[in-house]
Amino acid sequence: MSARVHSQRRGWAGVFWLLLGLLVFVAVSVYAESANPALRRIFSLRDYNTRVVMGGTGLLGVACGVIGTFMVLRKKALLGDAISHATLPGIAIAFLVMVAAGGTGKYLPGLLIGAAVAGVVGMGTIILIRHHTRLPEDAILGIVLSIFFGAGVAILGVIQKMSTASAAGLETFIYGKTASMLAADGQRIAWAAFILIGVSLLLFKEFRAVCFDSGFTRAQGWPVRTLDAVMMGMVVTATVIGLQAVGLILVIALLIIPPSAARFWTEELRVLVWLAAGMGAFSGVVGSGLSAAFPDLPAGGVIVLVAASVFIVSLLFGRSRGLIFRAMARYRLEQRITRQNALRALFEASEHMPAGQPVTETALREIRYWRGMQLRRALNRLVRGDLVTRVPDGWRLTPDGQEEAQRMVRNHRLWELYLIHHAAVAPSHVDRDADLIEHVLGHDMVKELEALLAAATPEPPVPVSPHPIAPAAGKGRV
Amino acid sequence: MILPWKMSGLPAGPEHSPYAPVSIHDVTVAYQRKPVLWDVDLDLPEGKLVGVIGPNGAGKSTLIKAILGLVPTASGEVKFYGGTLRKHRALVGYVPQRESVDWDFPVSALDVVAMGLYRRIGWFRRIRRAHYEEAMKALARVGMDSLALRQISQLSGGQQQRVFIARALLQDAQIYFMDEPLVGVDAATEQVIIALLRELRDAGRTVVVVHHDLQSVAEYFDHVIMLNTRVVAAGPTSEAFTQENLLKTYGGRLTLLDEAAHAVARAVHR
Amino acid sequence: MSWTLLDTWMVATGILSALSCALLGNFLFVRRLSLMGDAISHAVLPGLAIAFLITGSRDSGPMLLGAVIAGVLTAMLTQGISHAGKVEESTSMGIVFTTLFAIGLLLIVRAADRVDLDPSCVLYGSLELTPLDTIRVAGLHVPRAFAVNLGVLAVNVLIVWLLFKEFMIGAFDPMLATTQGFRPRWMHQLLMALVALTAVACFETVGSILVVAMLIVPAATARLLSNRLPVMLSLSLAVALGSALLGHLGALTIPRLFGFEDTTTSGMMAVAAGALFFIALIFAPRTGIVAHARDQRALRNRIEKEDALAALYRLEWKEGRAAELPALRQLRRLLRRGLASCEDGVWQLTARGKAEAEDVIHAHVLWERFLVDHANMREDHAHQSSERLEHVTTPEMREILTGTVEEPVKSPSDEPDLPPA
Repeated sequence: MSARVHSQRRGWAGVFWLLLGLLVFVAVSVYAESANPALRRIFSLRDYNTRVVMGGTGLLGVACGVIGTFMVLRKKALLGDAISHATLPGIAIAFLVMVAAGGTGKYLPGLLIGAAVAGVVGMGTIILIRHHTRLPEDAILGIVLSIFFGAGVAILGVIQKMSTASAAGLETFIYGKTASMLAADGQRIAWAAFILIGVSLLLFKEFRAVCFDSGFTRAQGWPVRTLDAVMMGMVVTATVIGLQAVGLILVIALLIIPPSAARFWTEELRVLVWLAAGMGAFSGVVGSGLSAAFPDLPAGGVIVLVAASVFIVSLLFGRSRGLIFRAMARYRLEQRITRQNALRALFEASEHMPAGQPVTETALREIRYWRGMQLRRALNRLVRGDLVTRVPDGWRLTPDGQEEAQRMVRNHRLWELYLIHHAAVAPSHVDRDADLIEHVLGHDMVKELEALLAAATPEPPVPVSPHPIAPAAGKGRV
Repeated sequence: MILPWKMSGLPAGPEHSPYAPVSIHDVTVAYQRKPVLWDVDLDLPEGKLVGVIGPNGAGKSTLIKAILGLVPTASGEVKFYGGTLRKHRALVGYVPQRESVDWDFPVSALDVVAMGLYRRIGWFRRIRRAHYEEAMKALARVGMDSLALRQISQLSGGQQQRVFIARALLQDAQIYFMDEPLVGVDAATEQVIIALLRELRDAGRTVVVVHHDLQSVAEYFDHVIMLNTRVVAAGPTSEAFTQENLLKTYGGRLTLLDEAAHAVARAVHR
Repeated sequence: MSWTLLDTWMVATGILSALSCALLGNFLFVRRLSLMGDAISHAVLPGLAIAFLITGSRDSGPMLLGAVIAGVLTAMLTQGISHAGKVEESTSMGIVFTTLFAIGLLLIVRAADRVDLDPSCVLYGSLELTPLDTIRVAGLHVPRAFAVNLGVLAVNVLIVWLLFKEFMIGAFDPMLATTQGFRPRWMHQLLMALVALTAVACFETVGSILVVAMLIVPAATARLLSNRLPVMLSLSLAVALGSALLGHLGALTIPRLFGFEDTTTSGMMAVAAGALFFIALIFAPRTGIVAHARDQRALRNRIEKEDALAALYRLEWKEGRAAELPALRQLRRLLRRGLASCEDGVWQLTARGKAEAEDVIHAHVLWERFLVDHANMREDHAHQSSERLEHVTTPEMREILTGTVEEPVKSPSDEPDLPPA
């Protein structure tokens, strides 16, 4: 329980830092960069058109972040890839139909409806193939993606050769054309985003169950297939509204990158969803802002690059799974194990010698194996911690060191007894490095183990505890 | 004033033979922040069938993976004939847990067994008829020659395991590590596999097997390593596989205790 | 429709690209990396753009090099992020290729004022234009794209021929490959480099869409039809060949059916590959939808027949005489097969019908005994389970069961006694 609260707090800290970063970024851009009036104009949101574009892409980022989180957790990150490619023939056919009906074919809601229909058909095809074959998931996605996209390209080819209508502009769906976003588009994106977020919140518990263990969820009587279909429908929606803003290839990035980046900061789903939404919004707003500020920077690309930067920062510095955090944890763990080994070896060596005689390195090497310079380095570190002193012909534990080593040996002995008597029940509880074994096992269990320890060593009696273990006794903790 | 740290009575310190096929020097393995293997320090004997036993989560597979360098160790080192694994890679054969490969892969049982010969065939050379014949013989030794051309997903669990063992036979290694080769196999397969492992042992190979069935330990293995996060006991089965060590290994689980008592009784009566 | 020499060159070039891609696609498929083709074909864009920005020309050499570097980088970054960040491999692939593609787009737009390098050209290719750009090879005028694709195909075939078993073991069991001294990671990078090289060589002619389709669809189609990698390889090549041919024909003819002009060949080739895939999906001899439905129906019919036989037998045994029954569908079927006869609504098993019914009931009783004696099942439960098991009992199973059951076999439930075999 306490671990959960802890990780949650850590996650919220992530959100906080992110928002702070956003604020600082905007503040810096707007005020300090007075040298660049274009930037200032954009980030102060004075321009109506810019306001629409940034608001629209920001909301798109939120919606994609939320639904993308579930897809990434469901290990279906690339489903969006397949579905977004599958929309192309729908757009082309909608165009043809509208031309046949006498229009220009460029009526956007019509094209988007075509895209949505094709997306749903693509989804259905994926489900059909999955049901009837044992092909791996990635191949199924690839098949649908390439066939549908190929069909779209073929139909576009037809359209290009038509004399009656100009197809120019349909390709913007592939690469996106954010700058031309109108207020109506912004509103559409906003509505869709609100619906997606609302559905996610309503079905949060169900989605979590499906993502965590779909088999179990099904056994519990939840309609897993329907829930999956709802999720896929949400992906189609997000993809379709994203088409116009960033293009069908880059909308995938908004579905995958923010959730993956957020994953490095937290283990808590609720936090993860909001963090991913925040990162998506950040990418959308900052990306489209930058793109508006500089000529020749297509917004889709810039938005993805901003998202990728957020990802790289998270990969490196994430507080939960980031590389640096994990490398440091690993390094500390090795240090701690080496330190304990050194203390223990010193303690054991001095047991068999007359009191006060120093322990040689040879003796330590007889007690246990050390890689290369490992032993010398560990000893030096202990010397710096005042637990060991260097004497002319060897090393000696200081009184502090003696106490620390004794305490550690006692803890290890208790753990060993715990393993012998209880570990088959819960070996995963064993945490030899817990300085305070009571915190993990509770006082009653420790009392029982101490009794066992005393019974196992009748003569001479083991010093059960060299000093009273109280929560404050964290001294010497690494 | 305190008992030696190693309660199991194992020799402390580097009393390792330089001729041991594998010597493990004070290896500690940790996942995230918890050590899952503590201070494992022992030699594996040459030409013996060695069983690794212990309760679930005791680190049996981790031990094998640490020896083979497939998981990083937090401290300690593993030596093969006094040298590094890299130097002696050719001497080591590994039979992973069955789930570790993709059984939908489009190959037949024969193809999989022939993979055991690839090192001997070498880079760029093709697999010839003679190689397939050799693979066929190996399949026959595990009683699978009639199913040689079946796609591997159409084999039962026991048959898949036999394919793995046949492949291992062809690898011609000096030390074999097998991760739970007897899990989920039928009784007939178990007998076939054990007979082959004995053959390997009689040919002077060292065979290390992660095993879970206490009933058959005394019957199958010359040597046991009893593991529960740390080594409780290791040595010839007749010495190490005792009631007391079983109790220490498996903790206070009652049903298991009965089983253990039964297993020891059987071992004594043999 | 008129077929000209131009069409022949277009189709030939398309076939070469399709074969190259399909060949490599098999290895992507078995590594469950089919989408890597899609990823790489997007991710080479920055490689192309950078090569162009550096050299300032659209020479194939530097472009190919840039693309191969970008392709290998994609593979390495995907694996690196997946491993270091503990991210699922497909997720990490999605992150890498979208990012690289975005970079590529920005670079191209940056370069656009210097020369026309249109991203949509990469998408569609320009197969229609290939016959116009020719070079002389051995005294013959052949389209340049044809020569390039032929070379790429030769490289692919040669490498796959030489390293077939290394690719296979690396994909199936990387751990074993490592202990055998084959370096599966190097093999993987080599494969990725080949995919990138092929993708770029084909972009110019057939466009990325056909590359992606040919990397994925022929291999998947072949997998539906075959269980062994070498067979799968040859089948996938046949599918690739077929889709290229049919695709071009389709591009010429299908739009005309709807009153339009012809369309892009590469898009139609992808569609043709899809059509072949769905044909295989439906009609594959053992795994297709039709075959599956047929097997299901046969099984259902057999179960129905066996149940009817056993029911008639039980009735006769219980009542001591043939039973008077309405002519149910199941009974009429028995009649047609000569397993039962009917006189004035009285149904009787023929000698053959009796023998078959005894077989079924024998299996049923064997299972009942086995489940009660050896699996400690309750008698009524054992009866229910045996109702299902009796239909799937092979002769070997029957033999094993007989070995575990004491003679004479007596049903724990109310089953007829059988005459001794």
